[in-house]
Amino acid sequence: MTGIRVLSNLASGMTVAHKRNSLLDARGFQRVLKRLAKEIADFFKSTAAEMEGPERPRLVLIGIQRRGVELAERLARLVEPMLGEPVATGALDITLYRDDLETIGPRPVVGETRIPESLDGKCVVIVDDVLYTGRTVRAALDELADFGRPARIGLCVLIDRGGRELPIQADIVGKRVKAKRGDRVDVLLNEVDGRDAVELVSGRAA
Amino acid sequence: MSERSLGKDLLGLESLTAEQITLILDTAEPFKEVSERPIKKVPTLRGKTIVNLFFEASTRTRISFEFAEKRLSADTVNVAALGSSVQKGETLVDTARNLEAMRIDMVVIRHPSSGAAQFLAERIRSNVVNAGDGTHEHPTQALLDLLTLRDKFGRIAGLKVCICGDVLHSRVARSNIWGLLKLGAEVAVCGPPSLMPLGIEELGVTVFRRIEDAIQWADVLNVLRLQLERMHAGFIPSLREYYRVFGVTVERLERAPKDLVILHPGPMNRGVEIDSRVADGPHSVILHQVTNGVAVRMAVLYLLAGGRPELAEAAKGKGEVAE
Repeated sequence: MTGIRVLSNLASGMTVAHKRNSLLDARGFQRVLKRLAKEIADFFKSTAAEMEGPERPRLVLIGIQRRGVELAERLARLVEPMLGEPVATGALDITLYRDDLETIGPRPVVGETRIPESLDGKCVVIVDDVLYTGRTVRAALDELADFGRPARIGLCVLIDRGGRELPIQADIVGKRVKAKRGDRVDVLLNEVDGRDAVELVSGRAA
Repeated sequence: MSERSLGKDLLGLESLTAEQITLILDTAEPFKEVSERPIKKVPTLRGKTIVNLFFEASTRTRISFEFAEKRLSADTVNVAALGSSVQKGETLVDTARNLEAMRIDMVVIRHPSSGAAQFLAERIRSNVVNAGDGTHEHPTQALLDLLTLRDKFGRIAGLKVCICGDVLHSRVARSNIWGLLKLGAEVAVCGPPSLMPLGIEELGVTVFRRIEDAIQWADVLNVLRLQLERMHAGFIPSLREYYRVFGVTVERLERAPKDLVILHPGPMNRGVEIDSRVADGPHSVILHQVTNGVAVRMAVLYLLAGGRPELAEAAKGKGEVAE
């Protein structure tokens, strides 16, 4: 439920007195996305080169609800011309795979999970906005395993803010940030928030 | 009670707010997709133990609850009254306390006495879900009916729903009336006077004495089963007579000004309250109801299992930040 509260704060313009530092503006955001797309294409090519058999594997980008889904869509559009073929995208909501239902209570509404095709033998890249404790990614890996057996799973995040609680690292990182425990990293997207930006809000979230 | 939680138990729709009912329906949406996956299972309730305590015959509801529990990875135990200590004279509370001593987390109860679910809920710590108590309420049936109508029409508010048949003995009717009225539908009932509770109008429903009038008025008919097992006196002259006067037949539906949607909570008495051609016809959403039943029950179990607001508040106090 914390997530919902944060979103509503964003919508109301966040009147609470917290220090807000820009990490990426719209131009920086575009630049980072392009680099991520290039690295995803390279990641896929090296995977394909190592794989044996007559069938070329296919690339699937799976975004984690909520902003990971839009990021995956955008990255797919950037990767497609680099590979010269369509890239499938999907959405994953990990709420039902969380390990903290008891302590945070249920999320009011679980988001959509949409897996476009069987993941058997595919090259899957999980896309999320912020990598923090690693628990979301742990849940996403568990959930993906229930949809098939991909040949390889990679992880691409826009922001790595440190603070891991599990042995999980991203293969592709847009920007590394040192954020303290009480800080919050806000990723804003055109489709959802009306502009592209990444901001660090320091101090305890209200 | 916060609108984002259901509290400890689900006993009926009379005690829920419109927001809580909508929360359950919204939560059920993503659970529909879980049942379409190649592996129809999520680990959400791993380690939870749920006892299905059925003191009355049931196929659909019991199996539907069991599927819902298993698809959420809970461990389940089924206790039927027949063949258990209940036959030896154990009371409901003793049965439940003994189960609780084995460290269970939830009880789903079906009982012939109205109020049994609440009686139990007040005496044990586990979450209690009412799966039908006497002629009182059957909340998950009404919720799956509401979900099916929302799928079909995109809304509940403004719909004209007529509940037909044995309203007197029907907990499904009572739960549906509460749920539909709270979500803004217009509700009517139709059936022989002998099967109509006295003063039913006071709930805010219209009463039709002729099925033809109900069909002229309604968008939806929810056709109830004639509960022959609860009829110990002469409520109706004969089953054939009932069908002739109140049966929902193709001929009657053809005279309706618009296409009606037909619901039935099951099990059906074909040729008594409903014509076989209607039950299997294009207007019937009866099997859609059954599919939605699993999703709605998953949503209820999920919301009750995590619905501990005091813990949620404590977690917020730690300054947890969404990842």
